[in-house]
Amino acid sequence: MSGPKEKDKFDNKTVQWINDRLPIFTMMGKEYGQFQVPKNFNYFWNFGAIAMIMLGIMIVTGVFMAMNYVPSATDAFASIQHTEREVNYGWLLRYMHMNGASFFFIAVYIHIFRGLYYGSYKKPRELVWIFGVLLMLLMMATAFLGYTLPWSQMSGWGATVITNLFSAIPLFGGGIVTWLWGGFSVGQPTLNRFYALHFLLPFIICAVVFIHVWALHVSGSNNPAGVEPKSGKDTVPFHPYYTAKDSFGTVVFMTIYFAVVFFAPLILANPDHFKPFNPLQTPPEIVPEWYFLPFYAMLRSFTVGIKILGVTLISAKQQGVAAMFGSILILFFLPWLDKSPVRSARFRPVFKWALRLLVLNMVMLTYAGGLPAAGMALVMGRVGAAYYYFFFLVLLPYLGKNEKTLPLPESISEDYAACHPVIGGAKKALLPLALGLTMALAPHHAQAAEGTPPLPKISWPEQGIFGHYDKAALQRGFQIYRQVCSNCHSMKYVYYRNLEELGYTPDQVKALAATYQITDGPNENGQMYQRPGRPTDRLKAPFANPEQARAALNGALPPDMSNLVNAREGGPDYIYAILTGYEPAPNGFDLMAGHMYNKYFPGHQIAMPQPLTAGQVQFEDGTPNSLDNEARDVAQFLDWASNPHMEQRKQMGLKVILFMLAFAGILLATKRKVWSDVT
Amino acid sequence: MDQAVKKGATRRDFLYLTAGAMGAVGVGSAAWPLIDSMNPAADTLALGSTEVDISKVEVGSALTAVWRGSPLFIRHRTPDEIKSVRNMDWQSLRDAQSDEDRTLKAEWIVIKGVCTHLGCIPLGQKAGDPRGEFNGWFCPCHGSQYDVSGRIRKGPAPLNMFVPPYKFVTDTLLHVGDGHEFPNPGF
Repeated sequence: MSGPKEKDKFDNKTVQWINDRLPIFTMMGKEYGQFQVPKNFNYFWNFGAIAMIMLGIMIVTGVFMAMNYVPSATDAFASIQHTEREVNYGWLLRYMHMNGASFFFIAVYIHIFRGLYYGSYKKPRELVWIFGVLLMLLMMATAFLGYTLPWSQMSGWGATVITNLFSAIPLFGGGIVTWLWGGFSVGQPTLNRFYALHFLLPFIICAVVFIHVWALHVSGSNNPAGVEPKSGKDTVPFHPYYTAKDSFGTVVFMTIYFAVVFFAPLILANPDHFKPFNPLQTPPEIVPEWYFLPFYAMLRSFTVGIKILGVTLISAKQQGVAAMFGSILILFFLPWLDKSPVRSARFRPVFKWALRLLVLNMVMLTYAGGLPAAGMALVMGRVGAAYYYFFFLVLLPYLGKNEKTLPLPESISEDYAACHPVIGGAKKALLPLALGLTMALAPHHAQAAEGTPPLPKISWPEQGIFGHYDKAALQRGFQIYRQVCSNCHSMKYVYYRNLEELGYTPDQVKALAATYQITDGPNENGQMYQRPGRPTDRLKAPFANPEQARAALNGALPPDMSNLVNAREGGPDYIYAILTGYEPAPNGFDLMAGHMYNKYFPGHQIAMPQPLTAGQVQFEDGTPNSLDNEARDVAQFLDWASNPHMEQRKQMGLKVILFMLAFAGILLATKRKVWSDVT
Repeated sequence: MDQAVKKGATRRDFLYLTAGAMGAVGVGSAAWPLIDSMNPAADTLALGSTEVDISKVEVGSALTAVWRGSPLFIRHRTPDEIKSVRNMDWQSLRDAQSDEDRTLKAEWIVIKGVCTHLGCIPLGQKAGDPRGEFNGWFCPCHGSQYDVSGRIRKGPAPLNMFVPPYKFVTDTLLHVGDGHEFPNPGF
C-alpha cells in the first residue's frame, strides 16, 4: 500500500478527498487495475468469479427470504408456502435460492477441479488451496443447515441422519448429538439454532473468501501452463482483460442457471421436500442433495464392523463416518501429498488420466449415492471410495516422485503463442459444466418407484416453455375437488380468492365462499362462532384436525392437496395414474382389510377407496364425464394449486433468457475488443 | 545490575503468565454458558418421562407411544416370538445382549424406536409392515434388521435399539423415563 508520502492523484475531488483519508481507490487500483495476471487463462479460470457471484445471489435472496420465514416447528413449512404463494416474487426468491445452492456447488466443484488439474495447490499457493478447502467445508455446512429450514420430511430426516453421524464419536458421541439437537430428537430448538447458524455462516464464508483472495493476490494466479510469469510479456492487468472475460463467462453461466430457475425449478428437488416434517414417520428413502451424494455413497459403503476377539473395535458406522469426513479432510494435505515439481496436468501424462478417472469416479459415486443402499449401489460405493483414497494416498505420492513429465514451455507467452488462437478453451470449460449438470441430474433419474409400472405420460396443456393452464379444465377440476375430494382432503394453502385465477368473477367467488360455514372467534363472550365464508378464507377443511380425520377414516390420514403435485414423483402424471389405476387385486395378492389395490401406488395397497368413477360428476359445462376426463381435470387443477405462479414464471423467464443472451453477446464483443491488442 | 535486570524479567514473566492464564480461564468460563445454553432446556428435560396404558395391546400386536419426541415401540410378544429370542446363541450377536437383559416381563418388549445407524424409524409396528428376516423391525433407510428383542441382526446399524428406563406401575400401566435401568452398551 502507498505510504503517507506518495499520494495518488485523482481527477475527481471527492475521490481524492476519500482516498487521502482511506486509500481504498489506491488499493482497488493496485489489486485490480495494475495487478498482473498471466495472459493464458482458459475459461476454467472463470469459475472463481462465478462462485463469488453465486455467493452474492445466495446472500441477497436469502436475506429477503428470511424476512418472510418463521423458524418454528409448527409454522416453518407454512411460512415457506406463504413465501411461494403470497409474497410478491416470493416464488422467484425461493427458486433462485434453492437452485442457487446447486449452481453454487457446480461452480465451486469445477473451480476445485481446475485447481487440481493445473496444480494450483502447489507451492507457493498452499494457503490459497487450504482456505479454499475450508470454504468448501463451510459451504457444505451452510447448505445442510439451509436444507433443514423448510421443515419438510427431507429437512427433518436429513437433519436427523446427519446429526446422528456425530454419535459415531467414541464416548462423547451421544452427548454431542443431544447438544446439537437441544433436545432428545430433532425439534424446535434444533430448527431455531440451525436458522441462526444458516444466517451466520455465509458472512463467515465472505470473510474466508477475502482471505482466500488476499492470499491469491500475494502469490499471484497459477495458469494452464503451470509456469510462473517471467516478464511483463507474460501478463496482462486484471482490469480490463479479466473483468471482461469473467463478466462474459458469468453471464453465460447465469443464463443456464436462470433457465433452470424459470423453466424447471423443481428438477433438482425431491418430492419429499414438499411434505411437512413428521418426526414419527421416516420417508422410504432419505436422499441428500446431489452435491453431497458422492460423500454419502462413501458413508454407506461400509457394512461390516472390525472385530477382535468378539469385541467390535470399529463399527461399520464409524468406518463410514471416518471415510466420509476423511475424504474432505484429506484435501487439506494435498500440497504435501503431491510433490511433483510440475504443476499442470498438461505436462503430466499419467496424472492427467488418473485425475480424469477421479472425476468419473465422483460421477459414479453421485449416482450410487442416489440409489437405495443395496446391491450394486454398495459395490459402486466401495469401488468409488477405494479409488478416491488410492488416488490421494498412493497414486499422488508415487507419481510425484516417479512420473515422467513432458518438457515445460519456456514462458507463458511462448505457451500462449503456441495455443492461440484456440477455441478449445471454451469447449474445455463446457465439458466439466456438462459433467456438473449430469452429476446434479443423475440421482433424479435414478429414483423410479420399484414394483410399479411406469406412469402414463400425459401431454398437459401447461407443459413446455409456452404452456399455460386450460381454465375450463381447472374449473372442472375444482368442481370435482368440491364435490368429491374435499370430503376428505383439505387444501389449506389455497384461499377462495385464489379461485379468481380459474376465471371465476369476484362475485362468483364471494357467493361460493358464502356457501361454507367457517369457524371464527372468539367473540366478545369468548365463544367461537360460525359465519359464512369470505373470499379471504382458506378453502374449508373437512376435518378440524388430523386426529378427527383418522377417527372418521379408519385410521388413514388423507394428505393436504394444496401441494400434492409437487410432493409426488411424476407430478400430475402420478395423480392421473392413481385415479385411473384401481383394479381388482391379482390372485394371490394379500390385501389388508380396508385397503384397495392400485397398480400405480407404491406397494399397491391404498387406503383411499376409488374416488372417481365414470359419470360421477355432472360437469357444469357439459363436458363428457368419462373417468379419463375427470382424472385429467383434477390433475390439472391440483397442478395449478401447487404451482399457481407457473404462467407468470414462464413469461418472465422468456424475457430474462432473451436479455441474458443479448447481454452475453455484448459482453463477448467487449471481451474480444479488449483482448484484440494481446498477442 | 545484570541480576537486577534478570530479577525484574522473572517477575515480569510471572505477571505476564499469570495475566495470560487468568485471561484464558475467564474466556473459558464465559464460553461454557454459551455452549451449555445449547443443551436441552429445563422444559424439554421435564418431559423426560411418560405413562402409557398398555391394556388394549393384544398378544402379537404393538403400540407406538411418544417418549422424548421419539417413537416408543411397545410389543406384546407371542410365546413363539419369546422362544425365538431367548433360546438362541446371543453371545455371537453384533451387540451381544440376552433378551432377559432387555426386558422386565417376557411378554413385553419396550424400546426406543430409533435405528442406531442414523436415527430413522424402523418399520414393523403395524400389521403389514415389513419386519425383516427376524420378524422384528426393518429400517427402510439403510436396511438394518432387528429381532423381536430389538437387537441388531443384519445391516449397517452398530447397536441394539435403546431400552429406556421404565417400570410397571400396574400390570397394564407403564411408566417410561425412570425406573429399571437397562444396560445399553454403547449409549
